[in-house]
Amino acid sequence: MESLSIVNVIIVLTIFFVSLGIAAYETYLERVVAAFIQDRVGPHYAGPLGLLQPIADAFKMFFKEDFMPAKADKLLFVMGPGLALFTALLTSAVIPFGDSLIIGGEEFLLQGIEVNIGILWIFGIVALGVYGILIGGWASNNKYSLYGAIRAASSNISYELAMGMAIIAIIMTSESLSVRAIVEQQHGINWNIFYQPMGFLIFLTCAFAECNRTPFDLPESENELVAGYHTEYSSMKLGSYLFAEYLNMFVTSALISCLYFGGFNYPGMDWVHSALVGVAGEAAGHNIATFVGLGAFFTKIFFFIFLFMWVRWTVPRFRYDQLMNLGWKGLIPLAVVNMVITAAAQLSGSPLIGSYIGLAIFLIVFVLIWPLVKPKSRMIVKGTTVTQTTVTQ
Amino acid sequence: MQLTDRAKKTDKKELSLLERTYLPGLAAGLGITIKHFSKSLFSKQVTIRYPDEKRYLGPVFRGHHILKRDDMGRERCTACGLCAVACPAEAISMVAGERQKGEEHLYREEKYAAQYEVNMLRCIFCGLCEEACPKEAIYLRHDEFVPVFTSRKDVIYGKDQLVEDMDNRYTRDAWTKEDMEQMWVEQRAAKGIQS
Repeated sequence: MESLSIVNVIIVLTIFFVSLGIAAYETYLERVVAAFIQDRVGPHYAGPLGLLQPIADAFKMFFKEDFMPAKADKLLFVMGPGLALFTALLTSAVIPFGDSLIIGGEEFLLQGIEVNIGILWIFGIVALGVYGILIGGWASNNKYSLYGAIRAASSNISYELAMGMAIIAIIMTSESLSVRAIVEQQHGINWNIFYQPMGFLIFLTCAFAECNRTPFDLPESENELVAGYHTEYSSMKLGSYLFAEYLNMFVTSALISCLYFGGFNYPGMDWVHSALVGVAGEAAGHNIATFVGLGAFFTKIFFFIFLFMWVRWTVPRFRYDQLMNLGWKGLIPLAVVNMVITAAAQLSGSPLIGSYIGLAIFLIVFVLIWPLVKPKSRMIVKGTTVTQTTVTQ
Repeated sequence: MQLTDRAKKTDKKELSLLERTYLPGLAAGLGITIKHFSKSLFSKQVTIRYPDEKRYLGPVFRGHHILKRDDMGRERCTACGLCAVACPAEAISMVAGERQKGEEHLYREEKYAAQYEVNMLRCIFCGLCEEACPKEAIYLRHDEFVPVFTSRKDVIYGKDQLVEDMDNRYTRDAWTKEDMEQMWVEQRAAKGIQS
């Protein structure tokens, strides 16, 4: 890495504060989206349209009693939310938010750090993120919290496998682990979603599970576990947990747009770039084009954040066994198939057509063999388990 | 037997392969919620911002009691006690007084209520006092509630809280049920609805 300059420091700090700000306003957005979907008005008291609501919420959180259970493990109890917030903030470091800025003849990438193992970094940190929840649940010394923590750990482990395999398919097409390289390779509208429709669905589902969002929010399911791992938390420690969840949502949305929707690429970007360079000069035009790309990127991010909320207020929570079934018996085999299809498509010479042919072949074969491999459905009638065919006849 | 056709039979058939992927159901659900979302975004929401905005409760809603004055500012109440008799909760009590010379601008009749008290813990807001009153003196306001009490001392409302303020007179669209029914008929006619 080249030496750190003041511009790099500013970029890093901006990313830091922007992610915090977005996470804060996600809470507002969540409430507004929830209200609108339920035909309500939503927060509107604090400031115009209720825009100061996150600040009011933060103040409320700080002024609440910071309670700690007597039998809690003091050190770990404090560490839990801190770790959750810390890991959530670390992940945004490798996300390429925009192309680059030319300042004084030098080029600065709009990114915290450009590393050639960006994807691995994100996965490593996201896997660490579950420790925040696990430690918090354990330290609370409470059955429900521990259950929540265990559920978080097991769902994260199950879904990380499928997620990783969905990403391997991406890495095969891009031949790089750097997030920036993956994004730059999807120039214009050459987005990965067109090559990897199935991979995208798998990744999206796993992302929901990784963020512990509905329909996979079993770690904090209110009706079963009170509030799951953060039952015993109050004040800003609870705030940190919720904040970490929203930060994770932001980073995951950014990652989805980077991996499948071309990050800061948008159709007609070359034309915009050359037009701006023609109007405003080499450096200034490039910088403005970068900001247009940044806008495109944030549009995509906000769409996915909205999708997270939209799904939350649509789909009810999965049962725990359904969650495990979907992860292990559904998504992981699909991810393996997706890997095979992608590999074959890469070798065939024309990845786009190859991947669709592969997908079609897989679907046809699967529909044909489905009656043979179909798991027997079971219904419970008066204490005895019988197969459904006998019931209907 | 079914009373309505709104009951939906649960479909307990085995899911087809497509349904097992959850995708069609998910898409249908997302479609429903986005319809609600856009409806709230672009047109009016169903709920109102309650403490700021209040719904009109109708002209004969029974709220806070008021002792009306006539147009010259004289108290209408003549302390006949019919409201107290009619009151099923025995919330009303009064002491009659005789009008002295020079008090003609204060009281319409020769006898008036020197004290008039409503026990708001007893009152059930049935409106029978309003119906019993021969002088059209007591009414239950349609636009104001009796506020919450914080002490037993606040429970009994005297004349100071009940008599109408001439600077802020109380009016409503219909004073009796008959008036209201008449009003409805007119409103329907104005809208062109056949009743």
